[in-house]
Amino acid sequence: MALSKKTKEAFLGPLNVNNPVLVQILGICSALAVTVQLRPALVMGISVTIIVAMSNVVVSLIRKSIPSRIRIIIQLVVVAALVTIVSEVLKAFAYDVAMQLSVYLGLIITNCILMGRLEAFAMTNDPLDSLMDGLGNGLGYAWILVAVAFVREFFGSGKLLGYQIIPDSWYVANGGFYENCGMMLMPAMALILVGCIIWAHRAYNDKEAK
Amino acid sequence: MKMNTESSVYTIVYAMILVVIVAVLLAVVNQGLKSRQEANARLDQQKQMLVALNQDYSNSDPAVLYQKLVVDTLLSEGERANIIRFEVENQTKYVLRLHGQGLWGGIGGYMALNDDKNTVFGINFNHEGETPGLGGEIVTEKFRSQFFGKHIKDVQGNLRSIAVLKEGKMADEGQEQVDAWAGATITSTGVSEMLASNLQEYSEFLNDGHTECHKSPICEKMKQDCCQTKAGTECCKAEKACQQCKCENCDDCKDCCAGGCEQCCNNGCKDCKCCDKGKKCCDNKNNDKE
Repeated sequence: MALSKKTKEAFLGPLNVNNPVLVQILGICSALAVTVQLRPALVMGISVTIIVAMSNVVVSLIRKSIPSRIRIIIQLVVVAALVTIVSEVLKAFAYDVAMQLSVYLGLIITNCILMGRLEAFAMTNDPLDSLMDGLGNGLGYAWILVAVAFVREFFGSGKLLGYQIIPDSWYVANGGFYENCGMMLMPAMALILVGCIIWAHRAYNDKEAK
Repeated sequence: MKMNTESSVYTIVYAMILVVIVAVLLAVVNQGLKSRQEANARLDQQKQMLVALNQDYSNSDPAVLYQKLVVDTLLSEGERANIIRFEVENQTKYVLRLHGQGLWGGIGGYMALNDDKNTVFGINFNHEGETPGLGGEIVTEKFRSQFFGKHIKDVQGNLRSIAVLKEGKMADEGQEQVDAWAGATITSTGVSEMLASNLQEYSEFLNDGHTECHKSPICEKMKQDCCQTKAGTECCKAEKACQQCKCENCDDCKDCCAGGCEQCCNNGCKDCKCCDKGKKCCDNKNNDKE
């Protein structure tokens, strides 16, 4: 089955030129909260991807029957139900991950990317396109989180995924010359890093456009 | 048949049906997964206790190891076990449950004591959402291992807890201390307060047979509260627990709370019938008023 151009565009667009975080500036708050370390950022990215894709498909399937006056509430109910189910399943089958995500998992409900995609895309497109759009946006969001978390964990604690990367002997405390950048652990640093990525992204894409 | 999806009736019926479907779905998922979730939560607690007991469970089934070591529950609060007795390599260890408040949410943990109820054998912390890299680091070996071998009582045997202090600061005399985590002041203070308040809560257990009665703060306090019948009973319990106090006639607290009764009397004399002295004192006072 060859995917139509529109379907491909629905998936690839959000990864770069129409990235939800970089271009639409959505989902910034969670980018601050979960990017101190790489692991929660990864799990959050994957969870959001799954939930956006699933809720996009569900809403797209029932889009023709939804009364327009209560459509936002319907979308919210669908998202909330999916988030609750995912959180219950995680608690049953991946308890450690569920504990690590704790409150952030519930906060996916309020992630503006979800509502944005449901309202802007799934309400007017068929399930396959919506699935692709959901996956694209989720992954577009995920790679930003991972990029930010990579920088913050590496420079902030000298680790990646919890493993020490910078040798212990380098640290001042052990007679070396190196000190972790405590600033990286502060939420403000996530904003600054996202800002830098947006800057680079815009500069690059503007050049391409010309 | 083409439905008018904009009519009010359709909207209301649609909303109702959707809500029922979602509710049923969630209920089914919740019920279906409940036993697994509870088992997970239990296993998680057991793992934490094993960590507090310095047991490595990476090569074995933690649940089996737990069952092998656990002896019995000494103190529980509802479903939660607060003090559990273990036997590790033929030595008795007590594991105390800790719970307190960090910066962003609750913090907790388990403290394992040797059978002298004084020396810390091991400890484990957990937290709901402390900042990763800062407060979240209380779970690390580096922080935890500072507690190993510390004492929660001073040389006289008074319960003192362990202070978590910034480098350079000194704890009160007789109290042992560990270093706070740099950059996580509030979480570290939370750990310190959690230890102090929880150990105080368990003081009856911790002081059992080891502390001189009249020196123990809880006993002193109980003496003062002794006039109220319920507290009086507890006072007696506490007194009994401390070996040096003799409180035989618990029900009317004759010897044990004479001082307390007098005090109570001076404070307005309402229910001062718990001991003869108090009763007399009250009668006198009432007579004076009349």
